[in-house]
Amino acid sequence: MADQYLDTVEKGLALHPAQASTSAAQVDALFWVLVAVCAALVLTLVGLVIWFSVRYRAGSDRPRPGGIPDKLGHRIELGGAAGLTIAFIALFAWAGSLYLYLYRDPGGDLLTINVIAKQWMWKLQHPNGAREINTLHVPTGQRVRLRITSQDVIHSLYIPAFRLKRDAVPRLYTTAWFEATEPGEYHLFCAEYCGTDHSRMRGKVVVMTPQDYADWAQENGEGESPARAGERLFTAYGCSGCHRGDGTVRAPRLDGIAGRPVVLASGGTVIADGAYLRDSILLPQKHVVAGYEPVMPSYQGQIGEDEILQIVTYLQSLSPGDWITESGG
Amino acid sequence: MSEPETHYLNDGWTLRSWLLTTDHKRIAWMYFATITAFFFIGGLAALLVRLELLTPAGDMVDSDTYNKLFSAHGIVMVWFFLVPSIPATMGNFLLPLMLGARDLAFPKLNLLSWYIFTLGGLFTMTAVIAGGVDTGWTFYTPYSTLFSNSAVVLAASGVFVVGFSSILTGLNFIVTTHKMRAPGLTWMRLPLFCWANYATSLIMVLATPVLSMALLLIVLERALGIGIFDPELGGDPLLFQHLFWFYSHPAVYIMILPGMGVVSEIITCFARRPIFGYTGMVISIMAIALFGFIVWGHHMFVAGQSLYAGILFSFFTFLVAVPSAIKTLNWTATLYGGRIRFTAPMIYALSFLGLFTIGGLTGVILASLAVDIHLHDTYFVTAHFHYIMVGGMVTAYLGGLHFWWPKITGKLYSGPWSIVAALALFIGFNLTFFPQFLLGFLGMPRRYHAYPEEFQLLHVMSTLGAGVLAVGYLLPMVYFGWSLWRGKPAGDNPWDATGLEWRTTSPPPKHNFVDTPTVTGRPYDYV
Ligand code: HEC
Ligand code: HEM
Ligand SMILES: [Cu+2]
Ligand SMILES: [Cu+2]
Repeated sequence: MADQYLDTVEKGLALHPAQASTSAAQVDALFWVLVAVCAALVLTLVGLVIWFSVRYRAGSDRPRPGGIPDKLGHRIELGGAAGLTIAFIALFAWAGSLYLYLYRDPGGDLLTINVIAKQWMWKLQHPNGAREINTLHVPTGQRVRLRITSQDVIHSLYIPAFRLKRDAVPRLYTTAWFEATEPGEYHLFCAEYCGTDHSRMRGKVVVMTPQDYADWAQENGEGESPARAGERLFTAYGCSGCHRGDGTVRAPRLDGIAGRPVVLASGGTVIADGAYLRDSILLPQKHVVAGYEPVMPSYQGQIGEDEILQIVTYLQSLSPGDWITESGG
Repeated sequence: MSEPETHYLNDGWTLRSWLLTTDHKRIAWMYFATITAFFFIGGLAALLVRLELLTPAGDMVDSDTYNKLFSAHGIVMVWFFLVPSIPATMGNFLLPLMLGARDLAFPKLNLLSWYIFTLGGLFTMTAVIAGGVDTGWTFYTPYSTLFSNSAVVLAASGVFVVGFSSILTGLNFIVTTHKMRAPGLTWMRLPLFCWANYATSLIMVLATPVLSMALLLIVLERALGIGIFDPELGGDPLLFQHLFWFYSHPAVYIMILPGMGVVSEIITCFARRPIFGYTGMVISIMAIALFGFIVWGHHMFVAGQSLYAGILFSFFTFLVAVPSAIKTLNWTATLYGGRIRFTAPMIYALSFLGLFTIGGLTGVILASLAVDIHLHDTYFVTAHFHYIMVGGMVTAYLGGLHFWWPKITGKLYSGPWSIVAALALFIGFNLTFFPQFLLGFLGMPRRYHAYPEEFQLLHVMSTLGAGVLAVGYLLPMVYFGWSLWRGKPAGDNPWDATGLEWRTTSPPPKHNFVDTPTVTGRPYDYV
């Protein structure tokens, strides 16, 4: 069924990359304005050089003007510097605000796909549990969030048709979002050098109509979403025994912890982002929560990267008080 | 015209008189020989890379070999050719002459710098022979510390060692410029070549220790497994990128400022006009050197640094382009009302002007955050920095070599052939690297051994261009060789240039000047 998209793979010599997301046109508009400004500057310079070269070549007997007076010279320099600075600040402001819009997580309940990079493949998991490798199916007309990490070296997820790139850094959970517009197949590259098969760490993005995507997801879903899998693992690995139990160990509640500041025993405060949650599981001694004993065991070497990501997804899906309502009801 | 009877070249013919010399002019020659060898080693690696990229499938060498080739290319070209290129050769030869001094402040230290440089080179060459290194010139962690199975420790040690050579040369130049200027040679009468080398030396002394430390940490982590960058041990892989670029962004100015100095000398001489806006040029040089220290984060816009850090680094990066732009404006204005002669050095200098401008302006495109998301780590970046480092710096290096060759050797070289070489370089360069801007915009990532078919045509163009470019680099070897052997005596001042170096004989005597010269006016007093 997804085959119908195959024909649209970019082939032959293109001079312009495909535009397949809402941000592609926005980025391109800025790019072409920048190119136009730069071209104008280069052409002016080359024009002047050629003009002076012909007019003032050693062989020509055209009378030579005296030098440019110092005062005028300074004005030209300062004027040039001021003009450029103003132009640059305008371009900076445009580029910076677009970056904030494109790069800041829009928040809210987006279709969130987990991405784990490893030498040399992309492992993806959809909210309904569907898993895929090196191929990413997404619907048009809907904002999609990618939650990206790496289980070994640094990689970088690059989808040229979306003008989107984000490094996959071990330990960090970076996010990126896009809204696809054009059904078709597009390249998915690794852009950060990562060893032997870096150039083969490629895949494709299949953009589908929402209906096709729903069908695809239904067909491939395994019933267990990453958050649900995380919840299952949370019990299986015995986390709940300490964190939800009334047992002998006192451990902090974790419902609603994600994204909130945590006061540490060492006196500082950290925001409980993905990297913090991950560290808490693998390196519990790194940040000990104020008021608790450092008794949590390290899960280093016992738990897979995708399982950690599922647990993190689970913890991030909880709101404060969730555990109370659950056990109360 | 005839040669002087005794000069620095015929003052002793034994190997010992070279290897133990403390004469800055002979040490400059030793650098010429070593860095030329490195240039051709790095060039050979580049040639193989370009040949592999003729076809989309990675079919000429295997992936590991390809990765080792581009890594060797980058490491050798950056640390063993570009960083020392102009300062260690022409800077070494000319700085004392231009200052009216008998030698550098610390001649023995100068010799030591060369030995350290060569030692570092030996380390790195051993690494290449002992299986090669595959981390790229950037040595990013945790790949370099935990995953690479190649000779990282050896290669990093080589770069670590060579850093000390930079630091010592930098110190030597700084002290020499402060202390050994001829009577009357005030700061605002210094030739721009001296200013450029002075600013470069400051960067070398201030930034290199940070790189050394970062490399040392890599070696420690690889050898002893301490968790600095290793995320499994609570380390931070991004810390390395910060340390690396804190050095390497300023270092890109080490790789361009001396070229700006050379070009300033050439353009005034062949336009026969004083440089336009001398003071502005000096201020720009120093501003570039200083602001270069606060923009390193523009290499990490998509690496996971905070959004606001990105905004700040982008802003400073835009600003750092302003002084460079002023310099191009001033070089152009210098041509106004001149009597321009199109000798080989001048063609190199004008090529520099065009190529550097394109390189700098594409840097501004890359500094534009939203656009950099798309272009980062693609061939667009590759094209950007080659326009500056190769189109700019290497062109300036050759320009300077052609300009001062008669002074250095006392011989003339073929005028027409040198013009052919200069033009081949300009044309070949653009054919090689312009297509890479298009490739990058289309989305072709860097450091790819195999690639999708639609990029092939542009890659083929680039490889063909590299052939023309190679002619531009090889030709000078031929006519310079001929000139050494058969060249006509040049006379003291064949270009009719100002500057103290032209006031002594060609080649200069062992101690540069028979009588210490005095300076009475501003530099570049061409009519
Ligand atoms: C032996 C009991 C125990 C087990 C089992 C345990 N923890 Fe903990 N955990 C603690 C304690 C005690 C703390 C508070 C002290 C500290 O920060 O180390 C803590 C802290 C945390 C924190 C930081 C909480 C905050 O408020 O900042 C997270 C997140 C966490 N654990 C997650 C987990 C997960 C996920 C598992 C299962 C894989 C797990 N824990 C298993 C006892 C436990
Ligand atoms: C004129 C002002 C300049 C500006 C505004 C500028 C801007 C930039 C930016 C924003 C990047 C990062 C691109 C990316 O990785 O996505 C970059 C990369 C680079 N620039 Fe420049 N640049 C300038 C001058 C120079 C100079 C003078 C040199 C060298 C002599 C240079 C060499 C490099 C190199 C080597 C890289 C890439 C390094 C790598 O990733 O391997 N740049 N430049
Ligand atoms: Cu990769
Ligand atoms: Cu930089």
